Amino acid sequence: MEILMILTVGVLVSVSTYLLLTKSLLRVVLGLLLLSHAAHLLFLTLAGLKEGAPPLLGEEAASYADPLPQALILTAIVIGFGVTAFLLVLSYRTYKEHKTDDLDQLRGSADE
Amino acid sequence: MTTLHYLVLAPFIMALLVPFIYKGFRHIHTGWFVLALPLILFIYLLSYLPIGGNTLNPEVMVVPWVPTLGINFAIYLDGLSLLFALLITGIGTLVVLYSIFYIANKKDEPLNNFYVYLMMFMGAMLGVVLSDNLMVIYVFWELTSLASALLIAYWFHKEKSRYGAQKSMLITVTGGFAMLAGFCLLYIITGSFSIQEIIAYFGQIDLTSEVLVIPAMLLILLGAFTKSAQFPFHIWLPDAMEAPTPVSAYLHSATMVKAGIYLVARFTPVFGGLPEWFWIITSFGLLTLIWGSISAVRQTDLKGILAFSTISQLGLIMALFGLGSASFIDNIAEVAIIAAIFHLINHATFKGSLFMVVGIVDHETGTRDIRKLGGLMSIMPITFTISIIGIASMAGLPPFNGFLSKEMFFTGVLDVASLNIFNIQTWGFLFPIVAWIASVFTFVYCMIMFFRTFTGKYQPEKLEKEAHEAPIGLLISPIVLASLVVIFGLFPNLLSYSMIEPALHAVLPYTVGLDNYINIYHWHGLNTELFMTIGVVLFGSLVFINLKRWQESTFFLHERDPLNRLYDGGLDGLVAGSQRVTNVQLTGLLRDYFVYMMVFMLILLGWTFFRYDAMQFNFTNVSEISPYLWIITLVLMATTISIPFIQHRVTSIIAVGVIGFLIALLFVVFRAPDLALTQLLVETVMVVLFLLCFYHLPELRKEKFKPKFRFTNLVISIGMGAIVTLLGFSAHAARHSLNFSPISQYFVENSKPLAGGYNMVNVILVDFRGLDTLLEVLVLGVAALGIVALIKLKMKEGQDV
Repeated sequence: MEILMILTVGVLVSVSTYLLLTKSLLRVVLGLLLLSHAAHLLFLTLAGLKEGAPPLLGEEAASYADPLPQALILTAIVIGFGVTAFLLVLSYRTYKEHKTDDLDQLRGSADE
Repeated sequence: MTTLHYLVLAPFIMALLVPFIYKGFRHIHTGWFVLALPLILFIYLLSYLPIGGNTLNPEVMVVPWVPTLGINFAIYLDGLSLLFALLITGIGTLVVLYSIFYIANKKDEPLNNFYVYLMMFMGAMLGVVLSDNLMVIYVFWELTSLASALLIAYWFHKEKSRYGAQKSMLITVTGGFAMLAGFCLLYIITGSFSIQEIIAYFGQIDLTSEVLVIPAMLLILLGAFTKSAQFPFHIWLPDAMEAPTPVSAYLHSATMVKAGIYLVARFTPVFGGLPEWFWIITSFGLLTLIWGSISAVRQTDLKGILAFSTISQLGLIMALFGLGSASFIDNIAEVAIIAAIFHLINHATFKGSLFMVVGIVDHETGTRDIRKLGGLMSIMPITFTISIIGIASMAGLPPFNGFLSKEMFFTGVLDVASLNIFNIQTWGFLFPIVAWIASVFTFVYCMIMFFRTFTGKYQPEKLEKEAHEAPIGLLISPIVLASLVVIFGLFPNLLSYSMIEPALHAVLPYTVGLDNYINIYHWHGLNTELFMTIGVVLFGSLVFINLKRWQESTFFLHERDPLNRLYDGGLDGLVAGSQRVTNVQLTGLLRDYFVYMMVFMLILLGWTFFRYDAMQFNFTNVSEISPYLWIITLVLMATTISIPFIQHRVTSIIAVGVIGFLIALLFVVFRAPDLALTQLLVETVMVVLFLLCFYHLPELRKEKFKPKFRFTNLVISIGMGAIVTLLGFSAHAARHSLNFSPISQYFVENSKPLAGGYNMVNVILVDFRGLDTLLEVLVLGVAALGIVALIKLKMKEGQDV
């Protein structure tokens, strides 16, 4: 399972990198979102999958899944959400101001 | 901390106090307050002189600074340090006194700046000559460069001052960096930054067996040559003459430019005896000597003459130290070292007084151009008397001290040229010839300085001011120096036991214990040296009489040193080149910056994998995959791969949403209920947000993507995916092979007893790491504020954030 997940992460990273390198603002934002997904999945995978019960003490299991990566990923999801929302609105505003979402046209003057 | 430590720090403390004194006692010239410090230091240092049964016992006094790295504020006072420290404080006292009358206490004159920089320089210079630790020397060394640049640019409203300051800074600091590298190489060889320990270490080993000795020597010499204005680095010194004359007299003739010579003298016990050391220093010194004296002849500015004269005299002293380093093989060369030390003192006295005289002429007539000056002999009799002493000493005429050291210089050159080591017999015959020609030109520029300024016709119409004798205050310092020229000339043995001999012991450690060793006197009989001097006077006068014919040659029409073109061109080229590089690199395109980062990451991670052989694979211990997981994963991969190909905005947003929900599903499978919940919630909100932003904006909706397939992008993205996959595999394998135990056991055990919660993830978030979560909320709040501002903010035309 871990091997499969790591391969999935590889695919996610490849695609998100490709999206980051495109011209369209929306795709860059989507790429960032996918990259954070990839990071979360990799983190969880490396901590070990399906080892023990969910980290709830009420289960009274012999062993639990590692709670620490889960806590970190949870934080990351929320922060990622904030960042993505901000980026979205930023690109929306950029589009309204400059009437384009092509990053090539958004660059500043050549000799600054 | 001993008194000597405080002695180094005292000028810095004074520098801190100067601005307050300047503000507090505005009507009194700040210089009067500053004057006391160098005077006290000078008198204190005099007490160390080995006279009247007093002996100088050098020892290293250490105050730990960064002991783990071997960097300590260590003071070492031997004959050489004492000589320099006396020069620094002694000339310093006279210069401060002179500056009080030279720079008037006017409203727009930033006197506080001047004295702060001057005190900073004095402290740094004392630090250079008194420290035993190479790193401390380096720090003080760069401080002197900085202070020098600040003082050159004292009248910073003048374009030329700024140019000169920048030039001196660039050249000396470049040399300083090279020197630092040399010091580090020495540390690699010896394992110590202490000069005395390095000398002791080098005394035990065979120098030729160490590979790094020659590179270290070359780098240190680069530092010394740039600081002491040796050819071809001398070009900064003439431009440094834009500084106020007291500064030129102090930094650019008596002390700072001699720091390089100090360094060479200090390292003579380390490298002395190496043929490379001998040849490099001697040849650069002699080249500088002749180049400086010839260039001085064609100057029309009095300070320009003095600048090139200083360059040539520095070359002379440098060459003497080079020649004298042969004493480690054959002690007949010792006379060169004695001459070097003696001339060092003499040069400080006569050149200091001449600079001050030129300052007086400039101050009282308003010009330093020898084409405008003339006939000042009867108008400024005292100034005239001082300069005739200084000039005669510089030209090497008896009975002044310059004559004595010039004779010794000839002796040293002749003696070393006759030696039979280092292949001297091949090129050594050039030494006396170069020395003699340079002395002829030295004599010529001395004549020019003297006759063009003080004799001839007085031309008041060309001068800005009515010329008259200087006030007594301006005259005191040059009078003191000129009388020293006479005293040292008549009684040279005043110096030989008190100052020259201890310094000689420091440069040539094997002479320690040989006391009353040096005897300097005027009359040696009719020997080669005397005839050389007579020849210099005769030929020099001949050249001077026929100077008119010389001056018509093209050589004389170019006053500026031709090497300046190299510097100016190099600097312009550097600026233009770096601009070009920056423009290529900084395209203003986000994509290019991403490419730089990713390629760098690829190279770094790939190299690390390769270098540390970190690649591992382990496909065992894999938990089984149920059929529905296959389906979820494959759908996830397929959706992901399809995104770059989707042409429609809304479709791609939905596809990304699908990925998010699939990952939430995976979280469920992987025993992470909280993650799944959060992910579901966030994903829902996110899709809504995406759609709000792009779907509900009519002008956006119809625009389609035009994905341009780019091969490089594909390669980079696949590379990134591959490297992350490899990273994942290796980490996974390492986890099993190295058998880590996770650190989270603490949370499993303590969730209930310490925090009273059953959900460990929640407990970590809100209890164990509660503060982090609080700040996370803050981040969200800031993001929310930013979003509101971006949507609501309305700006008028031309307005900026």
